[in-house]
Amino acid sequence: MLALEHVTKTYNPGTIREMCLFDDFSVQFKKGEFVSIVGSNGSGKTSLLNILCGSIGIEDGHVLMDGRDITREKEFARSRHIGRIHQNPAVGTCASMTLLENLSLADNKDKRMGLRRGTDKTRVDTYREMLRPLDMGLENMLETRAGALSGGQRQALAMVMSIMTPVEYLILDEHTAALDPRAADTIMDMTDRIVKDMQLTAIMVTHNLRYAVQHGTRLLMMHQGDIVMDVQGEEKDATKMDDLLKVFNEISIECGN
Amino acid sequence: MDILRTFIATMPSTLEQGLIYAVMVLGVLITYSILNFPDMTVDGSFPMGGAISTMLILNGWGPVPALLVAALAGALAGLCTGLIHVKLKVRDLFSGIIMMTALYSINLRITGGMSMVSLPRTATTLFRNNAVSDLLPRSVAVIVIALLVVAVLKILLDAFLRTRAGYLLRATGDNEAVVTSLARDKGTVKIVGLMLANALVSLSGGILCQQQRLFEVSMGTGMMVLSLASVIIGINLFRRWDRVRNTTAVIVGSIIYKVCYSFAIACGLRPSDLKLVTALLFLAVLSAGLIKKGGKLHARA
Repeated sequence: MLALEHVTKTYNPGTIREMCLFDDFSVQFKKGEFVSIVGSNGSGKTSLLNILCGSIGIEDGHVLMDGRDITREKEFARSRHIGRIHQNPAVGTCASMTLLENLSLADNKDKRMGLRRGTDKTRVDTYREMLRPLDMGLENMLETRAGALSGGQRQALAMVMSIMTPVEYLILDEHTAALDPRAADTIMDMTDRIVKDMQLTAIMVTHNLRYAVQHGTRLLMMHQGDIVMDVQGEEKDATKMDDLLKVFNEISIECGN
Repeated sequence: MDILRTFIATMPSTLEQGLIYAVMVLGVLITYSILNFPDMTVDGSFPMGGAISTMLILNGWGPVPALLVAALAGALAGLCTGLIHVKLKVRDLFSGIIMMTALYSINLRITGGMSMVSLPRTATTLFRNNAVSDLLPRSVAVIVIALLVVAVLKILLDAFLRTRAGYLLRATGDNEAVVTSLARDKGTVKIVGLMLANALVSLSGGILCQQQRLFEVSMGTGMMVLSLASVIIGINLFRRWDRVRNTTAVIVGSIIYKVCYSFAIACGLRPSDLKLVTALLFLAVLSAGLIKKGGKLHARA
């Protein structure tokens, strides 16, 4: 379980541009949930992910992981349990390193980073088998540098890397937004499969309402640092794109957008 | 003709220097090219290695232990720069400048206040009065030994870059977010990289002082510029040859740099013009369009 309890987050505190995003904000993500989060720009979706991952700090409140208070835990330490995929496919891989080197790096995540060989040659076939189901031809490109891949290929590689070693949580930050529709669908299918196979708790921020409706077990809509809609189970299954759009438009009109 | 004759006459010593400086250039390859960290500490850690090695030899130490201590001290200087940058959150360039400035005084402390220290002809150095150098003819002893040292260090560095730790180092310079996602503290990796780099830089200073049998407190000025120029020349020269490792490339770069340098001197410039030549050569390298937009170069393993 991942949870925020009574979180306060203010941007630019003490300046003229002070902006209080979260004020006494709480939310819980239960084990095994696949949560889609939608909302307009500035609603706090990405801030929520950043707080969960420890990329940004908070003024007040707590971040909990499986009941443990991790508010003070650094981002890199939380990464032991959390995998994260970013909107920009370039963030998840090292451009100047080959696919094999990138995969080896990810494979060594839970091991000591000492003076042993960076690439374990006996694992190469395993890597190939992991890449083959993606049907992107990546399994034959192990000696290619990641920087030469297309956005979709790079995002797929980033996803394989993020789950190479066991994690419990997967944070998806608009991870299909920079991809063309076909690549985006491929990545979404891959996401579904990974979350199911590895029984992950996934939190996905998306601007794609169709994905939010079609995927996941729970749907949140955020607006100005608050949760304005929270459906799950049958209620979520019954939610249509139109319902979502209606709520979305209502709150947007309030704002004068 | 005189220019050419002088140029050719100084060629052996040019090669010697190119090889000895190449040790430092390997260090700068780590910080600048792999870690993407402009580390000005170099201007201070290079003479520090020289000061330590010179003073230890004067105190009866052997040349190799003296160099090991010099390298260790260099690692310590890198540690300080890294801690200033990572823990005190000082910008990378400033962290190096702070250490470089501090090291100037520290180097004078090491020499007991002397701004120039020379070793007697009879002193045992890496290149003179030892079992290996006595086997070799005087004229090639320095080149052979320098070449051996550089080759060993290059092979070690290549091997290191293929280890897990080496992968992590390269990843940190390439994409810090990946390092964070691997549950590793990117700050720690940077500190380790800076230690390794400055150990090489300091070692290079120590070797140079053993070859020249002279330490001079201002010998560090311009070393960063020299190293950067060598790295950029080397990497760009071999950009099209994927098979040539960056470590090899920058060693060649270092030698080419020294050749250009000695040509400029042969053209009749005075010794006091040396730093001007250093600066102009660097400018020439940069403006020749050798450096890519953004100046970011990445190392191959």
